[in-house]
Parts: sequence; structure tokens; C-alpha cells
Amino acid sequence: MIKQLRKLPSWLTTTAGLVLFYALVQLIISMGWVTEYVAQILQWAGIMAISSLGLNLVYGFNGQFSLGHIAFFAIGAYTSALVTKDWYVTWSGSRVGALSGVIALDAGLIVSLVVISLLRINTIQKRLKEAVGRWLNQFETSVLSSVVTFLLALVAIAAGGAVGWLLVKVLPPTLEAILGLLPTGIAQPVVFALALTLGSVLAAIIGLVVGQPLFKLASDYFGIATLGFAIALYVLLQNSDKVIPTMKGARGMVGIPIWTRWFWVFICAALVIVAMRNLIYSSVGRAIISVREDEIAAKAMGIDVTRYKTVAFTIGSLFAGIAGGLFAHKSPGFLHPSSFDFLKGFDPLIVVVFGGLGSMTGTIAASVGWAFLLEGLRVALPQGFENWRFVIYPVLLLIIMLLRPQGLLGGVEWGFLKPPKVQPRTTGDEGE
Amino acid sequence: MKDTVIKLLLRIVVWGLVAALTIAVVVVVARLIQRNPVLFFQQVVNGLQLGFVYALIALGYTMIYGVVKLINFAHGDVFMVGSFVSFYAITRYRLHLWPASVYYRTQGITPTPEALAQAPGWTMIIGTVLVILLAMIVCGFLNIIIERVAYKPLRNAPRIAALITAIGVSFFLEYFTALGFVFGPDYYTYVRPMPVISWNIGGVAISNILVVIIVSTIFLLVLLQYIVMRTKMGKAMRASAFDKPTARLMGINVDMVISFTFALGAIFAGAAGVLYAIAYPQIITFVGIRPGLKAFVAAVLGGIGNIPGAFVGSLIMGQAEAMTIGFFSITMPSGEVLAGSTLRDAIVFAILILVFLIRPTGIFGEPEGEKA
Repeated sequence: MIKQLRKLPSWLTTTAGLVLFYALVQLIISMGWVTEYVAQILQWAGIMAISSLGLNLVYGFNGQFSLGHIAFFAIGAYTSALVTKDWYVTWSGSRVGALSGVIALDAGLIVSLVVISLLRINTIQKRLKEAVGRWLNQFETSVLSSVVTFLLALVAIAAGGAVGWLLVKVLPPTLEAILGLLPTGIAQPVVFALALTLGSVLAAIIGLVVGQPLFKLASDYFGIATLGFAIALYVLLQNSDKVIPTMKGARGMVGIPIWTRWFWVFICAALVIVAMRNLIYSSVGRAIISVREDEIAAKAMGIDVTRYKTVAFTIGSLFAGIAGGLFAHKSPGFLHPSSFDFLKGFDPLIVVVFGGLGSMTGTIAASVGWAFLLEGLRVALPQGFENWRFVIYPVLLLIIMLLRPQGLLGGVEWGFLKPPKVQPRTTGDEGE
Repeated sequence: MKDTVIKLLLRIVVWGLVAALTIAVVVVVARLIQRNPVLFFQQVVNGLQLGFVYALIALGYTMIYGVVKLINFAHGDVFMVGSFVSFYAITRYRLHLWPASVYYRTQGITPTPEALAQAPGWTMIIGTVLVILLAMIVCGFLNIIIERVAYKPLRNAPRIAALITAIGVSFFLEYFTALGFVFGPDYYTYVRPMPVISWNIGGVAISNILVVIIVSTIFLLVLLQYIVMRTKMGKAMRASAFDKPTARLMGINVDMVISFTFALGAIFAGAAGVLYAIAYPQIITFVGIRPGLKAFVAAVLGGIGNIPGAFVGSLIMGQAEAMTIGFFSITMPSGEVLAGSTLRDAIVFAILILVFLIRPTGIFGEPEGEKA
């Protein structure tokens, strides 16, 4: 029987396993065998797993010590919350106002980035240096080339801005019409899915823009620079009510619809896990890992180190954005900047290190364990000892780190997440 | 001929741009100062006060990083312990009044509370020094224990494991000391060990707190420079920072050196804890997070592992923060005002990132070609 099962294509068994797992948990939740509280913790574990997988890609697989992961989580959370809150209680005047605004922002930024890459700033700078190098010294050349870069960037931003402006004008009536056609039962998940996508795409774009100039920094300096970004964003979120009143700044954003269900967490987690696994075992994934192992050697093998750092960081930010979107719509539908301060930013790092750097299985297991441990302490501690929760938690942290400094499952993968076996082909092609 | 003309033209364009930018910056700064010169100098003074306290914390960070390459996130919490130890020494045991009461007893006067309040100034100074010394000693021992329990077993583990334990120690110190029977969970108003005397120089208020902070920081800095540069232990520290295995081969007890470094760093943090609480007299067990983080950023700004760098970085940090509070404000279209006092952290970190883009290893940092 098992032998026959082994012969089935792996994608089929994997899908079947995932569906079975989903159905089982859904059954347990719908039958009320566990309390709503436990279901909430399960959601939280799934969200943590998504976010931590993103960080594991950046830090565990790519070796970029990022302390700013929480910033992208926050971007995803607030962006998607703005979109769905608009649909739910119409804060912007039209229920698709925020939706079209965010689409315009995302599209505008993407257009700007595309224009920048089309302009080939590096080539232009090199040409410029060649052209004026014989007349000017190094400082003068660098001034001139920064001015030229600045002007080119302005062109790109203008192009993106134009597209964004156009979309803001065109989109609201169109979207209103399309979504109006759908029955409410369908329109709502569509809006939620759109909100999650848009939030995570924005997080990814910002990750790309912020990360790019910082990749030349050495490990710890990169960590501090990203930490700086996270804290700057935290401060901006605290003052966000002065720009967008409905974000309520330091008072906390209320009125976000509670749409996160086990279904959504599961779909997102499954997509992220499959995407991550396929990425890691592709040629891009091997390049990403090679950057972690030895940057100089990777460069010598012809790997564009900055490019793969960018890829890992952008995808990591995307995952954080998805997790943030799910987090925002979790009960009680309330967002506060303090959920995104730098101390909370250590949580995914702790999970990743616990699970073992560069182990997807470890990260997933550790996030489930972490969520249930933190909440379990709340239940397990006797009356009068509630304050001891965060005394026991760091002690456990210390003990685990002292006993297993390499993490629980450092470098080990289970089941579906194991590296695929390379099957030699008779045709003589290089097997994947 | 043609070459010379092109060169001249290009040069004129480039230097014209540079000059225009410089003039623009100078004009903006000059306008701000001109609008309110008293505020400007007051903020310079406030920035100095902040910067010198940051310097004391940053020195500990930078020394520990230099020797063990560990971002010791618990450093800010050791600083907090310093504040609280001094707070309880003052409120429960009246430590700051001991010299005065000893003085009265030798004079044959009963030290009543009224008499103590009138005690001569020099007894106050000795009392303050006693309080600072106590905090320094307690923090020093605390950090030695932390190092032995949490970091030493991980000496050969991956660096990230030690970082996570540092975060764990930080959480532990914050939440354990917040328990009712340790330091308590509330905000406490710090009782200063000496009365505040304020002088007014042309509208700018300067208090004796600033004098205390600057004098003690400079004294400790000179002491540190002496220890690191002139003593055998300092030499061993520098050797261990440079190359641990070789230092061990040369007969240096590296573990001892590391413990000593942690103690030294904590001694500075303890002093900073007292001085910070004197300057900003409201404490809670989470008070160490923000100053600790900013001092760390200051150390990175100056080039981590570099002692003069930490000092300069802290002064820059203090000024940047004070100037943002004093002068930064944006009025939004909605009429709401984004004030510098709420945005200071964002601006300070934006400065950090800008400095990194120009100098990737901080102002005084050694250029790091490729990471190890």
C-alpha cells in the first residue's frame, strides 16, 4: 500500500496531505472541540510562521541580519486594514476609495521602479564617468553623477506619479461597478484577498527600495540600519493620524473587520510554504544560499550578490506583508503601533533561531510552539502569578539557547520540505 | 584649447551646484538660529546633557562589542538597574545624606532632617558620588553574573545564539524587576541626591545637573582611556579584541578579560543610570530600552568598537535629538502639526541610515572590506 503511494506524483500526495490537514483542523474548530481561544492561538501561530519564514529566507538562507522585519509586517497590516476598513465602514467617502488609492500607489511605485531599471542608471553613470573623467577629479565626477541620478530618479517618480494619478481618477467608479455586481458573500472575500495582496506587494516594494542601498553594509551594520528603519516607521505610525485621520496614530486604529479565519491563514501559509520550498530548491534558491555561505566565493562563481540579496529581501518582506494583513484582521480588529515596536520585532527572530537557521520545518514548528508556549503560560500560571509570564519566558529562552544554540532543527527538513531527490534522466539532461 | 574650455565649464557647473547646496543649508540653519537664538543655545545645552549620558552607555556597548562582537541588548537594562538601585538607596536608606550626618556627628550636632537639609554643599557632592559609586558597583557585579550565566557557555556557539540570550536577559531584567517584591511595576519619581541649582546665562538655563553629568562623564572617560591604553588589563583587552586565539597563546586569560570588560561596561552603565535619572527624574523598569537603544546607535554611528567614536557619536546623537525637538515641525494640509518632539526617533534614525550610506562602518569605523 505504502509502496504504491510512493509511486504517486509528489505534488498529488502533498496536495492531498494539505487538504486533509486543513479539513481536520477545520472540523475540530467547527465542531467546537476546541475553544475559540485555541483557534485564535492557532491563527496566531500560522501568522507567525508566515512572517518567520520570510525572515528565515532573509537571515537563515541569505545570511542578511535583518532586525527590521517587523516594519514590513506593519506595512502589510496597516495597508490592508485601510482597504478593508473602507469597504466595511467607508471612511474615505467611497467604499473603494482606499482600495483604488492603494492600487494606484502600488502601480505607481512599480512603474517608477520599472522606469528606473529601464533607464539603466548604472550604465549611464559609467558612461558619464568615462566621458568627463579626463577633465574632472573623483569628487567632482561623483557630484555630477549623483545629480544625474537624482534627475533620472525624478523622471521615474514622475512617470510613476502620472500612472498613479490616472488610476486614482479611473479606478473608483470601475471598481465600484465590478464589485457591485458581485453578491456580498463573494465581494467580501475578494476585497480581503485584494487587500492582503496589495498590502504585501507594498511591503515588498518598500523592502526593495529600503534594502537595495543597505546591502553594501556589513552584517551587524545592516541589522542596525534595518532596525533604524523599523523604529522610524514605528514613530511615523504613531503620528499617522495627522496624515490619514482614520489610522488614529498612537490611539490605535479601530473598526477593522474581523475576517481572518483558519481558512485564510491556512491558504496563505500553504502558499507561502510551497512558494518558499520551490524557491529554495530552485537555481535562484541555490544562489541565495551561496551568498550566505561565502559572499566572495559566490561572486567569484559569477553570482550577482546584490541581486540575490534583493530577491531574498523583497520576498521576505512580501511574506511579512501577508502575515501583517492577516494579523490586522484577527480578532479584536484593532491595530496599535506598539504591536510593531522593535521589541516585538525580536519575536520572528527568536522563532527563526529557535527553529534553526535555514530550516523551514524548524521555523514552522517553532512558531506553533512559540505561540502555544506564550499563551499556555497565561493559562498555566496560577492566580496572582500572571506577571511571571515574561519572567519565565526569557528563562525558557535562555535554557533552550544554552542547550541547543544551533536551534531545534538547524539544517534539518521533514517530509515535503526535504530537498527533492535528483533523479538521473536517461535523456542526459541535467535533472532538477 | 577646447579641452580647457570644457574642463572649465564642467568645473563651474559642479562647484556651482556644490556651492548652491552649501549656501542653501547654511542659510536655512542661520534663519532658524536667528529666529530664536535663545532656544538654539538652550537646545545645544540640552543636547549636551543628553549626549554625555548617551556617551556613558555607548562606551559600555562599544567595549563589549569590541571584545566579544556581541550586541549586548541587555545593556540598557543594566543601566535601568543602576537607576533603581540608586533610587532605593536614596529613598530607603538616605545614602546621599550619610556624609552630612557623619559630618554633623563629628561636630557634635544631632543630624535632624531639618539640619540635614541645610548641610554644606560638599557633603552633598560626596553623597552624590557615593550613590553613583554604589550603582556602579552593583551593576558591575550584576553584569559579571550575567556574563558567566548567559554568555560564557555560548562563547563557541553561533553569534546569533548569544544575541538571542542577550534579548532574553533583557526581557528577564525588565519583567523580573517589575515584579512587586523587586523594584515594582510603576512609574516612580526619582528623588535627586542633591538640590537643583539653575543659572540663567543670557536666557539660557544651565543647571548643576549638566555640570555633574559633564564632569563625571569626562572623569570616567579619561579613566577609561587610561585603563584601556595604559594598564596591563587594557592591553589584554585590546589584544583579545584583535585576535582571541592568539591572545590566548600569549598567555592572556581571555575569559577574565571578557568578564572585566563586561564589568567595566556595566560600571559605566550604572553611573549613566544615576545621571540619567537625575536629569530626567521618572523611572520605570522599562526605562532602559530607549536610552540604551539610542546609545547603541550612537556607538554604531561613531564606528562600533571604537571608544572615541562612541563619544563623538553620542554627542552628535544628543544634538540631533535636541535640535529636532527644538526646531522641527511640519504643518500638515489638515492643519495638524507634526512636531519634532514626537518625530525625534524617526529623524535620529534617518540620520543614522544617511551616515551609513556615506560611511558604511560609522564615522570612525575601520573600513570593513568583506564581512568575515
